[in-house]
Amino acid sequence: MGDPALSRRGFLAASAAAGLGMTALTACGGDSDGGSSGTTTIEWWNISTTEPTKSVWAALARKFEAQNPTVKVKIVQLENDAYKSKMTALTSSGKLPDIFHTWGGGVLRQQVDAGLVEDLTDRTKPWGDALLPVAREPYLIDDKAYGVPFDIGMIGFWYNKAHFAKAGISEPPTTWSGFLDAVRKLKSARITPLALAGKEKWPGMYYWAYLAMRTAGAEALQKAYEDKDFTGAPFVEAGEHLKELVGLQPFQKGFLGAAYSSPTGQAATVGNGKAAMELMGQWAPVVQADAGKGLGKDLGFFPFPAVEGGRGAITEVFGGGGGHALRRDAPQAAVDFLKFFASEATDRELVKKTGVLPVVPAAESAIADPNIKAVQAELKKATGFQLYLDQAYAPAVGQEVNDSVAALISGSRSPEQVAQSVTKTAKEEQ
Amino acid sequence: MTSTFLPSKQSGPDTGPPPPVADRGRGRARRRTLNWLTATGFQLPALVLFIGLVLLPMLFALYAAFFRWGGFGMPSDYVGGENFTRLFQDEVFLGDLWRCLVLVVLSLALQLPFALAMAVLLNQRMRGRAVYRMLFFAPYVLSEAITGILFGMIFAPDDGFADQVLGRIGLEGLGGEWFADPSTVMATLFLVMMWKYFGFHMMLYLAGLQAVPKELTEAALIDGAGPWQRFRNVTLPLLAPTLRISVFLSVIGSIQLFDLVWVTTAGGPDHHSETMAVTMFQYGFKRYQVGYASAISVAMFAISLVFALAYQRFVLRRDLEGATTTMRGDGK
Repeated sequence: MGDPALSRRGFLAASAAAGLGMTALTACGGDSDGGSSGTTTIEWWNISTTEPTKSVWAALARKFEAQNPTVKVKIVQLENDAYKSKMTALTSSGKLPDIFHTWGGGVLRQQVDAGLVEDLTDRTKPWGDALLPVAREPYLIDDKAYGVPFDIGMIGFWYNKAHFAKAGISEPPTTWSGFLDAVRKLKSARITPLALAGKEKWPGMYYWAYLAMRTAGAEALQKAYEDKDFTGAPFVEAGEHLKELVGLQPFQKGFLGAAYSSPTGQAATVGNGKAAMELMGQWAPVVQADAGKGLGKDLGFFPFPAVEGGRGAITEVFGGGGGHALRRDAPQAAVDFLKFFASEATDRELVKKTGVLPVVPAAESAIADPNIKAVQAELKKATGFQLYLDQAYAPAVGQEVNDSVAALISGSRSPEQVAQSVTKTAKEEQ
Repeated sequence: MTSTFLPSKQSGPDTGPPPPVADRGRGRARRRTLNWLTATGFQLPALVLFIGLVLLPMLFALYAAFFRWGGFGMPSDYVGGENFTRLFQDEVFLGDLWRCLVLVVLSLALQLPFALAMAVLLNQRMRGRAVYRMLFFAPYVLSEAITGILFGMIFAPDDGFADQVLGRIGLEGLGGEWFADPSTVMATLFLVMMWKYFGFHMMLYLAGLQAVPKELTEAALIDGAGPWQRFRNVTLPLLAPTLRISVFLSVIGSIQLFDLVWVTTAGGPDHHSETMAVTMFQYGFKRYQVGYASAISVAMFAISLVFALAYQRFVLRRDLEGATTTMRGDGK
């Protein structure tokens, strides 16, 4: 009578094995892309999770599909920080999306060095070369183009004109001592001069980077990175200037814990009129209105002031934009999409609807917003350019700048220590 | 003096009826092979997943910890133990260890006693007992990310709920910058942890309390023991296995704390609330120093492992031996 039991066990074992086989088979099946019907699906990873950009971009993808019936565009959207983390994981797996968001600089270079990014120099001729030179710069690595920009901009002070008037400041300051005076005037008028997102660190880095550009000159930051030496006197001086500012206690209450775009963050603090200024990029007005109420006509823009006796000029620009890169051996459809996205018609639409700055020179006339016009004017007369440090440098060095400047602002590191710790990290990153 | 109150029915595995003596050897061997095959067949899927998703990545992290590696391609720049020596010179990591210890001590000294008190309270017959139990347990069900965002808003300086309420009732002095001030950030973080996790420990204790036989408390009552004596000498010793497990979970949880910190402060201001897991994330996913991040994760694993083994060996041994109902006269 033992036989039925035995066969049942045998059956169970067999079915367990069969079950395994099934899962293995379905796992294989899920991987293939279903490209048999003659259509190409291209994956487009971007960070446009906020409106109106999100729907404008989706509509553009549909438009491209309508023009190219054999191509499907699959959009994957991730929030900024999540995207960076996800890309780290993807890069180490060695397979990137067909089209992906990039800021250029050191991060892109790492991906290029790993052999994961398509060289677009020849595949984007001639339309790629006609784009605004300052916008293309972050994606040029060893004189080859690895990305196509869709936005370019710069960091500067966004200020509340009503608060400035109330504090008796007639003109935006153009020198550092003038700026410190303005901060003092705002303080005595009981207005918080500056909003800062201390939790996120990168907004604080802007101050140090701009000050270093003003004291050492626009080329110095890139040169210091290449020489792995940030201990020069101008860099320490930049830290001391920042310390002067911090000493005036110009930031909002609890700024060390503040985020950037949250309802109680830096952008909302300015957007709700609770602080007079923030040092931020061209996207600031959009975020101020999204996270807070927005300042409307009271909002103004002025470039980072010059430092007396420094080697840098007020016309040297710190900033960056956004662009797209392709994975290595991406299909022609992906290149076509980049061309479509960088066409004058698309750029005009992007400028009008999503508040970016034009990368196609001919699309400039589409700018309506006076503040964006002001940024564009500054960009056009720029005499030097430096990409965001956390993108221009290898990630470890960029993060060390963010970290040690944050420590300088919270008072736990001296200007010398900042220069030394950044140098140390730069040296470690061969 | 040792006295066993309950029959130890559960001690020792059930050995079943003795096998027939005159079984044929061949049949037995065949059945054993089949048994083995069946067992393997059932375990294989889980085993494959466990090896592929847990064991191999762990071994790979251990391997990567000996390299300077940016996360691209395979690690090739062998640096020996450099990443580990760097760990012990890294002020942030040493701070992580200290903060971990602080959290463990605070949890054991405040959170667990509080949870125990609530459990004893809610074990009484009272109106709305189920509602209270559910309310206190609810925070545990919330995800860490939601909790973090919620308390980020509650503890926003000036505009947040906490400061507003304190201001309204005339206690502005108690308000402050909460997460934004290096000197208060750990206390605030612990407050949130306590809010979130005490309900879980309370539930554990409640379950433990249900298992305390009423007869014992009644007997103690008849012997003239007061409420404190009954708690101290009857309830507490019988609850000890649950307490030991809850301490274990609490310590392991503190060692691996990540989500809550990441969402509320991201480790700031100026590293004052950073934990080992946050530091590891910073190096792995922000700085792309995956080799060093792996070393941190290996250190975390080692600390957890050493603690878990030591705890099992020295503290949980009694429980694991099935001596849960053995009670010593003086409760020691």
